[in-house]
Amino acid sequence: MERLLNAVTILSLALMAAVLFSVRRSHIRVEYSVSWLAAAAILLLLSRSRPLLNWISDQLGLTYPPLALFLLVSCIFVVVIYRLSVVISDLKDANIAMAQRLAIVEFQLQDRNER
Amino acid sequence: MKPSRGADNLLILIPAFNEAGAIGNVVHEVRQVVPNAPVLVVDDASKDATCDRATEAGAEVLRLPYHLGLGGCVQAGYKLAYELGYDYVIRVDGDGQHDPRYIPDLLKVLRSTGCHMVIGSRFYQNNGEHTSAVRAIGIWVFRLVLRPILGQPVRDPTSGFVGVNREALQVFSKSFPLEYPEIEALVVLQRKRFRFQEVPCRMRPRQAGRSTITAVKSLYYIIHVLLGVFVNILKFEGRQRNQ
Repeated sequence: MERLLNAVTILSLALMAAVLFSVRRSHIRVEYSVSWLAAAAILLLLSRSRPLLNWISDQLGLTYPPLALFLLVSCIFVVVIYRLSVVISDLKDANIAMAQRLAIVEFQLQDRNER
Repeated sequence: MKPSRGADNLLILIPAFNEAGAIGNVVHEVRQVVPNAPVLVVDDASKDATCDRATEAGAEVLRLPYHLGLGGCVQAGYKLAYELGYDYVIRVDGDGQHDPRYIPDLLKVLRSTGCHMVIGSRFYQNNGEHTSAVRAIGIWVFRLVLRPILGQPVRDPTSGFVGVNREALQVFSKSFPLEYPEIEALVVLQRKRFRFQEVPCRMRPRQAGRSTITAVKSLYYIIHVLLGVFVNILKFEGRQRNQ
């Protein structure tokens, strides 16, 4: 149990460091780093607070606290991935609209030049 | 656009992706049938000489900067047609499967009935000899699902040989399905209480190239389209992203 929680602590710290590094190098925009940093912070909190983890597993009716940890980790990442899917969908729509607009403007410019 | 618009203010829209083998002939055939209508080929970033062949045949070409897929390609043409003020747009596929001789029939129904969309139907008078077994099963499923949604039967919901009037053009220039758009487009129109009508026509085997819908993709196609239909029914229109 203790080893597992230590591993989760290291994982969450590594995730935080990776996200901050990526933000610094402009690989991730600040607004999209927030979800990952929040996920890493929740993981860190849960892995370092045994009473909180025990309380959550009691509330969920789980006799084995690491199960609660993995359930919460799964939920957090589902939320983050869902949010990213929304962002990707928005970007795709915007990208298609922009490509269509670019093609139409080019067409109209060429048409005007040929007249 | 260089050619005159003619009395009908009609644009022929041909979406094309890697159709260099067929597009020239398709444009020639269309221009013979409707010589006064401008022909717009929307080139979906083809890697072959589609654009050159279309231009040589006398079409105007709208070149997309990268491959958008059929829905994005057709919608780009609809957007341009709407901005240029066309009253009617008839879409003909670039692979030669749609016989341009039926264009006047589609236009006549579009003009005389006041319906918003006409569909060239290969099943209207049992003349559907060029349909694979897998596609026929898919069409049968779609007919069953669409009947209660549309409130009227549709015999050939997968046909891309369609004509639209300006009102439908306005709707489609703002909201048009991206993948496999034909069936979902019917639902988009139904939500606006628009009317459609089918016109009998014959389909031909494609003149060159390969269909984008292979037998392997058919199951994915059916599931994707059914999901798209239900999503379109439930769609919240307050937030329109695809403008």
